[in-house]
Amino acid sequence: MDPGVAGQYILNGLMLGVIYAMVAVGFTLFFGVLDVIKFSHGDVVMVGAFVALAAIASLQASGVASPVILLLLAVAAAVIATAALGALIARSLILPLRKAPALNTLLLTLMLGLALREAVRLFYPNGSNPKPFPRLLPADSYAIGTFAVRLDSLLLLGTGLLAIFLVHFVINRTKLGLAIRAVAQDPETARVMGVNFERTVMITFAMGSALAALAGVTNGLYYNEVNFGMGLLLGVIGFSAAVVGGLGNIFGAILGGFLFAGLQTIGAVWFSVPAYKDVFAFGVVIMMMAWKPTGLLAEKSAERV
Amino acid sequence: MRCPLRPFAFFLLLLILTSNAAGAKETVKLAFIGPLSGGVAANGLGGRNSTDLAVRMRNADTKAKYTYELVVLDDECKPNIGVQVATKAGADRKIIAGVTHYCSAVAMGTVDVYHRFGLPVIVWGAVLPDVTYANDYKEVHRVNGTMINQNEVAARFMTGLNFKRWVVIHDTTDYGKGHNKYFSADIQKLGGTILGTFGVTADQQDFNAELTKLKELKPEVVYFGGLTPIGVRIRSQMDKLGIIAAFQGTSGIVSDAFIEGLGPLAEGTVAFREGAPLEKLPGGKVFLEQYQKQNYSESPEAYGAFAYAAANLIMDAIEKVGPDRHKVMTELNATRDHQSIVGTITFDDHRQNMVPLITKFVVQDGKWMVWEDSEYARGKRKLPGAH
Repeated sequence: MDPGVAGQYILNGLMLGVIYAMVAVGFTLFFGVLDVIKFSHGDVVMVGAFVALAAIASLQASGVASPVILLLLAVAAAVIATAALGALIARSLILPLRKAPALNTLLLTLMLGLALREAVRLFYPNGSNPKPFPRLLPADSYAIGTFAVRLDSLLLLGTGLLAIFLVHFVINRTKLGLAIRAVAQDPETARVMGVNFERTVMITFAMGSALAALAGVTNGLYYNEVNFGMGLLLGVIGFSAAVVGGLGNIFGAILGGFLFAGLQTIGAVWFSVPAYKDVFAFGVVIMMMAWKPTGLLAEKSAERV
Repeated sequence: MRCPLRPFAFFLLLLILTSNAAGAKETVKLAFIGPLSGGVAANGLGGRNSTDLAVRMRNADTKAKYTYELVVLDDECKPNIGVQVATKAGADRKIIAGVTHYCSAVAMGTVDVYHRFGLPVIVWGAVLPDVTYANDYKEVHRVNGTMINQNEVAARFMTGLNFKRWVVIHDTTDYGKGHNKYFSADIQKLGGTILGTFGVTADQQDFNAELTKLKELKPEVVYFGGLTPIGVRIRSQMDKLGIIAAFQGTSGIVSDAFIEGLGPLAEGTVAFREGAPLEKLPGGKVFLEQYQKQNYSESPEAYGAFAYAAANLIMDAIEKVGPDRHKVMTELNATRDHQSIVGTITFDDHRQNMVPLITKFVVQDGKWMVWEDSEYARGKRKLPGAH
């Protein structure tokens, strides 16, 4: 295969991988801290993208023209809005149900995801139509042989990786991260040690949802489009990626995300009909989960017998 | 003693009340079914508004024998929802006829429902030939043309412009598969080559895999058999990958939503559609004027005029034979040389309107223009990948 084409496939795979990884990290954070699967996460990604879209539209209407400012303000708006949404969900839905069977919370969040999707479809003006997302990134592209590297793809890739790295830094090097890890390991002892359980959980949810907003804006900028159904498949893929990588482990989520994207890319190249790439990717994920049910990088946990 | 007059008085009252009602016109219901939400909502809403316009104008006509009421149903461009709403319309005995469907996949799914309920319908936007030709249901009619003529004209036109190498991307519904079948056959008959064919799902987001493969094949034209939402995505992602080729679509992308979604990238897209733009149709100007007076928030889009013509055809039939499904169906089946705003309507033995006219469109400066009127035809602009 022509190296330019191979390079193109690799770049496509990396872009998808970073988006999936951002969604997967959210899932893994929520599971790690509360043992809860928050199925509405994919739709929170979509809400983030729509908030950014609405922010850009209103800023443009009030005369702001610089793409850099538009982008920064839109991202800020999306991140703040989804963080608030995440904290609200934690406070009103997840925390009160933490004594209930995990299945109930899963179902509840699944329904919440549906509600979010339909709310955007019904209440956002013309919500059921796909909406073009403004092209705010520089459109320069550098040609290396047959391979066209676009500056915006590189920027998005870089920002995504940076965001994931930041989350990792917060979890592992800050006091807040320590509190989160403590709550994840043993909520009761953490409380005894003086960690405010509710506040830590809400902050974790806010963080995961903020990352979701970033994933949504990245998706919007990459495809130049957002639509109300984009969260559904992203949520499923993000969740599968988190599970395959190992729920509760951030590195696992990142690994899972890039692994899934890699599988999709291999599937696209290998099969003469690229439509089979999803079948191939999910099929391999199923086999991997059968081989390693707790994920590739399983969370090491000690259960007191 | 019981007053013997009481039942009499009651009966008299009833007579008076009903005689008042008989003085008013009887209300007849018509159904409109189209995609009012989802990716192709713009076309569905345009069709709905056009049908609504026809009903309003007929109700304002004092010579009309009946008052018409439009029942609007959303099929969401999904076959399963289409069957649900079609069943709803069919089961409501007050609905005499329907103006149905823009999406071919939905139209295919619902023909059996209309036949079962004996509800005569006229299709206003779906172009898959099988909707009228694959069955012998007398209830199903169609005023717009089919994709057979569309693709014949398309193939001849593009080979006439000296294009030789195509890659086909089509959606995997009946609509896209139909286009692929007819276009590929026509192109091969005219000596062109199809370098590759990719089937994609109607709601697919990411086309990088298909387009990267396509880039390797180096086609001159990318033929797209599908609807506006993925048409927008494919064209946009083609640009991201630096693919330079002409983009040729079908009636599914001739919509304002396509240009809105792409902005300047839409320039130079070629597409084909049966009928002609409103300004060139016999009743087009009047239709547009009346449409604008009603202040609808959506434009009639490409097929609004067909929905309008279908509604009028139905109402003419009801005026003639009365609000009876079977009689209206028989009356519609006999339609020959009926004058409408889309030209003459004649149904063949499969209740398909024989529309010989196919218009070639090209996007120029953010608008769909008839090819012959455009600068491309005069040679002042060239299609991407042209030589």
